[in-house]
Amino acid sequence: MKFLHLIWGALMRRKARTAFTLLSVVAAFLLFGLLESVGSAFTQVGQSIGAAHRLITAAKTGLMTPLPVSLERQIHTVPGVQVVTSETFFGGTYQKPSNFINVLAVGRNFWHLNTSMRLSAGARRAFAQTQTGVIVGAALARRFHWKVGDQIPIKAMIYPRKGGSYTWTFDIVGMFRDRMTLREQVMFFRWRYFDEAAQFGRGTVGWYVEQIGEPKQAGRIAQTIDALSSNSGHETRTQTSSAFAADFYSQYVDLGLIVHAIMGAVFFTLMLLTGNTMAQAVRERTPELAVLKTLGFSNRAVLSLVLAESVLLVLLGGALGLLLAGATVHVLQGQMGSQLPMLPVAGAIWLRGAIAMVAIGLVVGALPARRGMRLSIVNALAGR
Amino acid sequence: MLKKVLSGAGMLLALALGIAATILLPWAGIGALVALLALWLAGTRTGRQMSSVTASGMSTLPQRWGGASVVIVGIAGVVGVLVALLAMGRGYEATFRATGSQRRAIVLRGGALTEASSNLTQQSVMLVGQMPQVARNARGAPLVSAEVVVSVSLPKRGGQAGTAQIRGVGPEVWAVRDHAKIIVGRRFRTGMRELIVGKSALREFAHTSVGSTIRINGQPWKIVGEFAHAGAHDSELWGDVNVIGTAFHRGNSVQSVTVRLTNAKAFAAFKAALASDPRLKVQAQTTRAYYADQSKGMTHIIGILAAVVAGIMAIGALAGALNSMYAAVAARTREVATLRAIGFRGGVVVFSVLSETLLLALAGGSVGALVAWVLFRHFTASTLGPNFGAVIFQFRITPSLIGEGLKWALVIGFVGGLFPAMRAARMPVTEGLREL
Repeated sequence: MKFLHLIWGALMRRKARTAFTLLSVVAAFLLFGLLESVGSAFTQVGQSIGAAHRLITAAKTGLMTPLPVSLERQIHTVPGVQVVTSETFFGGTYQKPSNFINVLAVGRNFWHLNTSMRLSAGARRAFAQTQTGVIVGAALARRFHWKVGDQIPIKAMIYPRKGGSYTWTFDIVGMFRDRMTLREQVMFFRWRYFDEAAQFGRGTVGWYVEQIGEPKQAGRIAQTIDALSSNSGHETRTQTSSAFAADFYSQYVDLGLIVHAIMGAVFFTLMLLTGNTMAQAVRERTPELAVLKTLGFSNRAVLSLVLAESVLLVLLGGALGLLLAGATVHVLQGQMGSQLPMLPVAGAIWLRGAIAMVAIGLVVGALPARRGMRLSIVNALAGR
Repeated sequence: MLKKVLSGAGMLLALALGIAATILLPWAGIGALVALLALWLAGTRTGRQMSSVTASGMSTLPQRWGGASVVIVGIAGVVGVLVALLAMGRGYEATFRATGSQRRAIVLRGGALTEASSNLTQQSVMLVGQMPQVARNARGAPLVSAEVVVSVSLPKRGGQAGTAQIRGVGPEVWAVRDHAKIIVGRRFRTGMRELIVGKSALREFAHTSVGSTIRINGQPWKIVGEFAHAGAHDSELWGDVNVIGTAFHRGNSVQSVTVRLTNAKAFAAFKAALASDPRLKVQAQTTRAYYADQSKGMTHIIGILAAVVAGIMAIGALAGALNSMYAAVAARTREVATLRAIGFRGGVVVFSVLSETLLLALAGGSVGALVAWVLFRHFTASTLGPNFGAVIFQFRITPSLIGEGLKWALVIGFVGGLFPAMRAARMPVTEGLREL
């Protein structure tokens, strides 16, 4: 620690060079933060609270194929299943076709399976009593400036009402927050309203969600549930909720591949760039390092001085970059809403970022530091 | 003081002009500029001075390979990532564009944006077929294909879960979509539980080769043929619309009708005729417009992603280039001061540094584009399309895309070279000569 001012002095020796190098480190970690934010939003979906205790049963032919509502009672009788509820993708737009909203119709036991959701007891009661009631995620409500008590006309994506109109009017009875931030973009209404008012699709749900007592039994329970409808016209496939989410998103895009490819290119460039800066810095300071050695600094001390300098440089730039990424995500979330799933740049991303920073700092500092360490005093002082 | 302000303003102007020229000028214009420059370099005294100073500057490049490689690799990274991401967007767009035509129209329920959210009754299908703008075959039957689309979970070849799109099509589909051709096996037979598989779908999904049988909802479907289609239908499996409608509980209704128009100009009349019939609540689009719409959202998102990622990387590369070129200028302080002392003008120095950076940038851009081309030329990707079924598309790296990447490289090189060049030119000669 007592050498901090020495390292700082070395960095400040060429302010322009340090500033430009910092700028490229900032750019690299800004990108790292943004991509990780999107990437972790996708993985979070599968790792919600209690995910190990959750199964999802959907039609084998895909999410858009409806399942009969009668299956709910049968699933409930399967040993090991504690609670069953259903969700149905409804989907809609508000005001103009580009304002897409993820609207889901949900069954009765919905609350028991959504423990991460925070909603006042009054709102729950109102939801239970209002046929046309809808609860809205906080982020979604912010996006359209909705408040409790508003009546909102939603244009349905798939299901017309009896009589052929596609406009459904809902009453907002509550807003919720959720630890799974992506959920705050969603809107839930009662499946019973759907079942009463829809022109077709009545008596069907989109998929079932089950809570089970013992995660180790998941495989057996899933098989039993799927056996209920084997060889019928609506065969099902039951998976743990994390496997389900992973399957679903991997079909949209191999996000991991893209993120890794980009970050690989970025970090490779960054290493070359900071490596070059460090090499320049050490070459310039050769006489100074020789003086330090003359004063009695050991080889090892010189090595750590140079290494510390490069790690500090990358850490400074990286921290700035991640702060910037956090601010950007905040702004984007306010504007784009559910179109681009992103998570705030928080603990886990910072941790991975910090590891990357230290590693890059050490790698790019290694060669120049070794050069500094192996320096022979006489040659260096003579300027040879 | 005034001089300083003026020169600052002049520099900003030069910066803006240079960037605007690079971005706006087509490649022919840039080529013409370069040709003019070459003529001037060879033909005039100042020009010859400039080329000799530039050449002597470049000859020291091998001694500064560290700095030079930072410029090249930094810019190569930007251009490589940009080209790869844009190639993905272009590929997706091209797949959908090839699906549409001015001579085919798709009819959906009024207000529906996609086939997934549309449904039409048998009566509507019949009425659409009676419109005079619909082409007919030799027997007088209208060239229409009433269709349903279902998505089905099928394992991919790698073992991961996938979703294939199965399209039930009418008997006249081969006349309606005349660029879809059977390449292996035969067509499916009407009324049979048979499917034919698109070329891309076959490559994507396991157990779909001709002759095999897949089980969906406990029922066997035999794959009897493989077809090729230049557009999005290549990712689908096709079967008889009535058989598929029944098997997937769609009743008698279908989702869309695709018709072949008598000629490319008949669409306006066709659309008007549908709108004026009180028995129909439908809307029509040419398939060209429909499929262009379907790909717009995704192409737009990919475009933004590419611009953001490459933009951030460009800032990093720019900082690297500035660093290296400042160092290069500093290393050549004495040489530059000597040139100035014996009468070379500042402009010559600016030109020499700037052209060196631009050449390095161009080299970097070419490396990046080449790497992207080698890696992604034949790369196919798959995503879920507007009907929630897989759309398989090939990355498309076109010359115009590479041109765009090289322009980014030139802009970065220009900005990264201009400032160090100005510093070199402005350095007082006496100080420079004293420099060790």
